[in-house]
Amino acid sequence: MATEREPPPLGDAKQTDFMELEDGEDLFISTASTLESSPTSPEPASLPAEDICSYSNGPQPAEISLDDDREDLFAEATEEVSLDSPEREPILSDEQSPAITPVTPTALVTPRVEPKSISVPAMFERSKEELEEEANGDSFDMEIVVSDPEKVGDGMNAYMAYKVTTKTSLTIFNENEFSVKRRFSDFLGLHSKLATKYMHIGYIVPPAPEKSIVGMTKVKVGKEDLSSTEFVEKRRAALERYLERTVKHPTLLHDRDVMQFLESSELPRAVSTQALSGAGILRMVNKAAEAVNKMTIKMNESDAWFEEKQQQFENLDQQLRKLHTSVESLVYHRKELSVNTAAFAKSAAMLGNSEDHTALSRALSQLAEVEEKIDQLHQEQAYADFYLFAELLSDYVRLLTAVKGVFDQRMKTWQKWQDAQAMLQKKREAESKLQFANKPDKLQQAKDEIREEIEEWEGKVQQGERDFEQISKTIRKEVGRFETERVRDFKTVIIKYLESLVQTQQQLIKYWEAFLPEAKAIA
Amino acid sequence: FKKKPRAVNVDLQTDATLQVDISDALSERDKVKFTVHTKSTLPNFKQNEFSVVRQHEEFIWLHESFVENEEYAGYIIPPAPPRPDFDASREKLQKLGEGEGSVTKEEFTKMKQELEAEYLAIFKKTVAMHEVFLCRVAAHPVLRKDMNFHVFLEYNQDLSVRGKNKKEKLEDFFKNVVKSADGVLVAGVKDVDDFFEHEKTFLLEYHNRVKDASAKSDKMIRSHKNTADDVNRIASTLYTLGTQDSTDVGKFFLKISELFEKTRKIEARVAADKDLKLADLLKYYLRESQAAKDLLYRRGRSLVDYENANKALDKARAKNKDVLQAETSQQICCQKFEKISEYAKQELIDFKTRRVAAFRKNLVELAELELKHAKVNLLLSRQTL
Repeated sequence: MATEREPPPLGDAKQTDFMELEDGEDLFISTASTLESSPTSPEPASLPAEDICSYSNGPQPAEISLDDDREDLFAEATEEVSLDSPEREPILSDEQSPAITPVTPTALVTPRVEPKSISVPAMFERSKEELEEEANGDSFDMEIVVSDPEKVGDGMNAYMAYKVTTKTSLTIFNENEFSVKRRFSDFLGLHSKLATKYMHIGYIVPPAPEKSIVGMTKVKVGKEDLSSTEFVEKRRAALERYLERTVKHPTLLHDRDVMQFLESSELPRAVSTQALSGAGILRMVNKAAEAVNKMTIKMNESDAWFEEKQQQFENLDQQLRKLHTSVESLVYHRKELSVNTAAFAKSAAMLGNSEDHTALSRALSQLAEVEEKIDQLHQEQAYADFYLFAELLSDYVRLLTAVKGVFDQRMKTWQKWQDAQAMLQKKREAESKLQFANKPDKLQQAKDEIREEIEEWEGKVQQGERDFEQISKTIRKEVGRFETERVRDFKTVIIKYLESLVQTQQQLIKYWEAFLPEAKAIA
Repeated sequence: FKKKPRAVNVDLQTDATLQVDISDALSERDKVKFTVHTKSTLPNFKQNEFSVVRQHEEFIWLHESFVENEEYAGYIIPPAPPRPDFDASREKLQKLGEGEGSVTKEEFTKMKQELEAEYLAIFKKTVAMHEVFLCRVAAHPVLRKDMNFHVFLEYNQDLSVRGKNKKEKLEDFFKNVVKSADGVLVAGVKDVDDFFEHEKTFLLEYHNRVKDASAKSDKMIRSHKNTADDVNRIASTLYTLGTQDSTDVGKFFLKISELFEKTRKIEARVAADKDLKLADLLKYYLRESQAAKDLLYRRGRSLVDYENANKALDKARAKNKDVLQAETSQQICCQKFEKISEYAKQELIDFKTRRVAAFRKNLVELAELELKHAKVNLLLSRQTL
């Protein structure tokens, strides 16, 4: 990772972001967003267990004491270069972005060389706001559809490929409409990348749909029955919702990984998402470690807002889980009802057959028909219950986990800050001790060393404080956005659900009204 | 529990000479006491209007006395009412009491209310069934004159009808086995009369199908009740969510919670109505068709006896021994057979008419109720939107 600190002499780095420096807003918006969003070098997906301290940028930016954005620029620049070059290379050639001219590193280097040019951060600042305006102001014009699940391959190596079609008028994309083929692990890979990049600075990254070994095995093995079709449909819908949520987030939308995911036809296989891979196990170990850590961190909450919100989310989580269970039970029972109604319909038809009074016989057959239609109705209602209601609830339960994770990150950041402060204190004490030591020849050297260390730790403390404030600010914003989203989501879904209920009742009325004269006609 | 008279499944002619109903019923621990109220202008009774208290066992006694009476062999004996069964309900109440700590106060009160409503419904049903039995007897031109029936109606002391003890129950069991075996034998005999032959095949098939339909409708209704229960739980969770949430969504949730509460009540009502109109109808006709089958069996039995007696007579005539005896017995069988046949024909025709009318009434009512509920449901949903 040390190599990341120097700008490697790459002449081939993909610099779509930095292209067309002369082009107006677009460039800067995308740049700003990508830069702003990763202030500290994110770890590549496969090595999550990185020493936290190495986050803080090296001594150079610390001295310059720029505001966050500038540091972002540097860190991001270096990071992007090293991360992307091996992967993005082949992709570059495929993309038909007409105006790309591979920009030489000089463009990269230029802003670096002039760290004091005020114009840069100013522009970034402005464009960051513009970016947000663009995301919130005009109608968010982007439609993503996940469709056409197709089984590729055979046996245990088979997988489902989904078509992801994007229709948009946003200018950050090269075309207005494009589609790619993706498989489930691609989605997981995307989420994994986004999570590592954004979670620890306070962004709520929408969680990806869950793995299901049982479900997938059935599909792989080739069972063509109802449950596997349902499973595929459930997954397809979940993937669609996942993408929609991700792009609704203004920062995530402009993330290069997201854009690449939507646009490029070939994506490197995200192997580290496999449950049993080395990375997977590493992830699980880390999760356990984090959980333990969480319990030991005791934070002095200076801001009541956070405490309130956390409590609120706890309650919400609890209730949503309960609701989700109840709704699932409802879906199950409604399906059962539909099955039983169908059985009854058949039975009533038989009864009608054996009845020798003609009018009654006819009426009974009619009854059987009515009941059959009703059973269909019940089934449809069950589907509505499920896809609208239950899935929304489970999405939100998972989202809340992400939200809680973000709060935890804040705690971790605070802890880092405090640790840095503690270290600083220790170093200061060491320094003052040295003052009173009596080994004159070594003293100067030791004093210098200590001085250096103290400065280093002072920087870290400041960084820690800034990080903490940054994450707090981000979280506030994110929570606000989450709440708005939540309100909107629930409202839409509930209205849709009510409409489905209304429709069911209307159909019921129609059927029974048709039956009534038949029943009356029994003489 | 006060109750108004209600003829659930049977169309009865209201006959002023003898009117019977169950005016009151009391539920005690594990028995139910019915107050049988009679209004009559018949001279046999001491008063014109009187009431007695009867228990389920006494109804069964009455029914048995009919069945065992040879005179009534030619009639469809109205099926006995089923035993009042509160076990399931009681179990649930107990479970609820045990699980009191695990649910919120509101949920508990709600569930308790539901269970009480269920208990009440079962109670009403059993009262209705007992009443129907009595009314059928009272409406039957011959059975209504039965001595036992009058005693049942009038004697205001306990009839001291004890439930069958184990020995008697065992006897009954064997009797039934013999009877069903015999029934198969008898059924195999082809009947001379087309009408009866047709009725036999018809009843057999019909009975089976009704049994099937009854079972399936029960299952269906149970599922329906389950969904109503689920909606109930959802409603209360939504309510909690709504009170917790301070945003707009909170108000939303509260409203939806209300809606679900109401729809749940309606759905429960739909299930209950279906139960009443459809399931009960089917169950009742299950029992009636069984009674009709029994009638046919008796007739079939008497036919076989008659034929046997004929054979015996021929044999006796051939041997010229005991001819008179054989003749008399043959005469008796013949009479019996003809009497039964005569009555049975009428009975079966009545049965059909009754059945058709009952089905018509119930299906119409079912449809109307379903419509009503659906409309209310629709209205509520629309309003909330």
